[in-house]
Amino acid sequence: MQRIGVFVCWCGSNIAGTVDVKQVAEALKSEPGVVFSTEYQYMCSQAGQNLIIDAVKEHKLTGVVVCSCSPRMHEATFRKTAAAAGLNPYMVEIANIREQCSWVHKDMIIGTEKAIILGKAAVAKVNLNAPLTPGESPVTKRALVIGGGIAGIQTALDIADAGFEVDIVEKKPTIGGKMAQLDKTFPTLDCAACILTPKMVDVAQHEKIRVFSYSEVTEVNGFVGNFEVTIKKNARYVKEDVCTGCGICTEKCPQKKVPNEFNLGMDMRRAIYIPFAQAVPKVATIDPNYCTMMKTGKCGVCAKVCTAGAIDYTQKDEYIEEKYGAIVVATGFNPISMDKFDEFAYNQSKDVITSLEFERLTNAAGPTAGKLLRPSDGKHPEKIVFVQCVGSRCDSCAEKGKEYCSKICCMYTAKHAMLTRDKYPDTDVTVFYIDVRTPGKNFDEFYRRAVEDYGVQYIKGMVGKVTPEGDKLKVQASDLIENKQLHIDADLVVLAAAIEPDKSARPLATMLTASMDTNDFFTEAHPKLRPVESPTAGVFLSGACQGPKDIPETVSQAGAAAAKVIGLLAKDKLTGNPCIASSDELMCNGCSSCEKVCPYGAITYQDKEFRMPDRTTKVRRVASVNPAVCQGCGCCTVACPSGAMDLRGFTNEQIMAEVDAICK
Amino acid sequence: MQKVTREQLIERAAALFADGTVSSVLGWKRGEFDYDITPAVFESAEELEKEFVWNDFCGANFSKYLVSKTVKAEEKILVFLKPCDTYSFNQLLTEHRFDREKVYAVGIPCEGMADIEKIKKITGEGIAKIECGEKLAVTTIYNDAPVPVDPSDVLAERCANCKSKKHVAYDELIGDEGEVVSSARFDEVEKLEAMTPDERFAFWQGELSRCIRCNACRDACPACTCEVCVFNNPRSGVENKAPANSFEEKMFHIIRAFHVAGRCTDCGECSRVCPQNIPLHLLNRKFIKDMNECYGEYQAGEEVGTKAPLVDYTTEDLEPGEVFDRRDTDA
Repeated sequence: MQRIGVFVCWCGSNIAGTVDVKQVAEALKSEPGVVFSTEYQYMCSQAGQNLIIDAVKEHKLTGVVVCSCSPRMHEATFRKTAAAAGLNPYMVEIANIREQCSWVHKDMIIGTEKAIILGKAAVAKVNLNAPLTPGESPVTKRALVIGGGIAGIQTALDIADAGFEVDIVEKKPTIGGKMAQLDKTFPTLDCAACILTPKMVDVAQHEKIRVFSYSEVTEVNGFVGNFEVTIKKNARYVKEDVCTGCGICTEKCPQKKVPNEFNLGMDMRRAIYIPFAQAVPKVATIDPNYCTMMKTGKCGVCAKVCTAGAIDYTQKDEYIEEKYGAIVVATGFNPISMDKFDEFAYNQSKDVITSLEFERLTNAAGPTAGKLLRPSDGKHPEKIVFVQCVGSRCDSCAEKGKEYCSKICCMYTAKHAMLTRDKYPDTDVTVFYIDVRTPGKNFDEFYRRAVEDYGVQYIKGMVGKVTPEGDKLKVQASDLIENKQLHIDADLVVLAAAIEPDKSARPLATMLTASMDTNDFFTEAHPKLRPVESPTAGVFLSGACQGPKDIPETVSQAGAAAAKVIGLLAKDKLTGNPCIASSDELMCNGCSSCEKVCPYGAITYQDKEFRMPDRTTKVRRVASVNPAVCQGCGCCTVACPSGAMDLRGFTNEQIMAEVDAICK
Repeated sequence: MQKVTREQLIERAAALFADGTVSSVLGWKRGEFDYDITPAVFESAEELEKEFVWNDFCGANFSKYLVSKTVKAEEKILVFLKPCDTYSFNQLLTEHRFDREKVYAVGIPCEGMADIEKIKKITGEGIAKIECGEKLAVTTIYNDAPVPVDPSDVLAERCANCKSKKHVAYDELIGDEGEVVSSARFDEVEKLEAMTPDERFAFWQGELSRCIRCNACRDACPACTCEVCVFNNPRSGVENKAPANSFEEKMFHIIRAFHVAGRCTDCGECSRVCPQNIPLHLLNRKFIKDMNECYGEYQAGEEVGTKAPLVDYTTEDLEPGEVFDRRDTDA
């Protein structure tokens, strides 16, 4: 029989406000096995923990029930407390009477009743708890960074600088991401390329970093410290180690009519291309969808002009298998499609553009060599209208836009407006906004400078309709402060399109078993206290894949993720989770149900000889669990038709006891 | 009436005995009554000649017997399989439950089996003798002349709603191969689904309260081949447990339906062997129908080695929330 102590936490007024903690402690006193029960204001405090330690010693407790917050918050804390008192840490159970009780109930009577029931379930479980000892697993001292934008680059550099090997997987032919496409960066207006490309070069030259460009992750197996990842290196039909990046092929290729994705389709590139001058790796890539040689077998110009002999039309996709201790997701963002926003005439007029297209139009390496010219006729626009929150902060239009604030638009629109006025003072610039949100170091000052020093006209209101008429764009808008309708003849309309996670994030999350929110942003383990960790152990988050972020924020999060990875890789061994599955061979009938559902491949089968009651022997196929691979998810225990598979720490018996305690 | 004759089967089995292919035969023999045909193991052609039966009452599915019969067998055992039996055969192979090498499977066509309860409705109780032929000649103790009964009028439910005349596994086939047929087997389930929760509860209360926990359904079920059944396991806490209330008496069947979900081939043995005539197959069919609707058509035992939807995961799978929403729109 266990000797159980019950410790009910007030959590200040978080719990005590809705749950009568004294009554809970009193009620649980009479539960089977309970020999001591008390409550305290903050059980997780030093004093609260000491209270537990003293009680364990004084009352010779063998099990502890803490009625407090979610086990995700403080289970580890109280397990350590129990260990300090000489108990096996797995003799502790948490009854979550905060998140699952006080926070969801307003009525004290109902809240108290439920808290008592949850406490009874925990007591029933502890009665069946057994001491558990965790195993250890080694750590592969190499990290994988998925995504080679500024987030991935910064994370990789920080990890590599600490002395660990890092691989970057980037699906585009070059690293650099969205930042490489930007012109100037707020609030200091330094040129994006000037601050990014040195980092790209650092990546290329770092002896600890390998870059798999034009590649993607296709399979992830294993677990924290021991991930096994398959990387598909797409055929670029150019030998990466031979190509010198001289660019002759990209000048001689006769296929000139390929929309240039780096300039968002605003100009053309060749079928063999290097995305931009400072690309890393600086290696040409053949686009098989447009290459005449690939399509018809006739051409071969690039192979003829290549002095290095790097062209290989027969190159095949290559699959690389590599082991990693940690994985960082840095898959970034994209502006949303404007297809559903017909009111802004984006698809009707070339002169309605997104802000990212505006970046390319003002970038010296862009399609107009940095001159701000209208895409339709190449004329200088004299009146520009910027529209903010296109697809952001939608509630009524949620089916075509996003409910969240994309966060970066206010600042880059202020930047665009300011730079336009600075370079072309004759241009009339109007910005339509819902709210201007500029918190951040030197951000609001920046916005005020745009208004006060550069004469940008800010109008609170939304643009209702843009109609192309002749060479003008008729903009209908409302001015909410003056309370009047406006009609503006604009030459150029710039839409601050909402941003969304990259489309590759969802399938990647599935591979990583990492959780996502409804907008497909990766979820962090704790929104405040563990912002760069995914709830999946060993998977970390960097940059806009976790939520909209500007560059300074992305870089600081990238560094934070790197610090977490370094902390993990610095360990030689990881303490495992002792709550793993095991199979009762006498009951197992070898049906393979568990093997089929095991996401970790932890279950194998063997033919084993059994002595039968009649002294004969019988060979049967039975399941066995690899304790180093099992993660204790419990899928097998529910799939097992005969109940042979059980999960330590969460045995069928324990769970039934909890259910019984609740239903009694 | 069955198209393949008893003599054809005996002749073939005798030949396989003679050439040493098999050393025993799993077949049917007469039980207490003419309609009470039970499984039997025959060790020689003489035994077959004497007792082997093949007629409209040979419903028993032998697949499950292979689990225990192949463990110790030195030589091959011949098993006669009707089309629906072959699905169970494959499903058990998928679960590695018997040694395929020790089995010689002979597929035989089936024209459907008779349901004795339906016959009794026509002829009355007290059946003394049944002769199978074009018509079933049923003699009762209350009448002297046999009553002719058309077999098609008394087909068992599972045969009236036969899902397949095609064998999905065999070493050799006697007679002609059939096709997978479209059946109305889910019609009854739809009727249950159309009921209000209260009506449905009352329906199952009425059916399952008749259960006497004889365990016949479990013992006959080819999906129930656990080494230790949870209902016999002292550690499960429910070993041989008597129902504590009128709800608990349903638990046995509900738990059993969950245990065989995704593995049940809808062979209908549970309902055939139930002495209380509880339509147990409806529980399993509801699961099959739900799985088909949520995860795409799946027939357990159609192939060896397939992953049932419930133990498989694809990114196209419905989220639990979507299943829940569907339930709301169904209701």
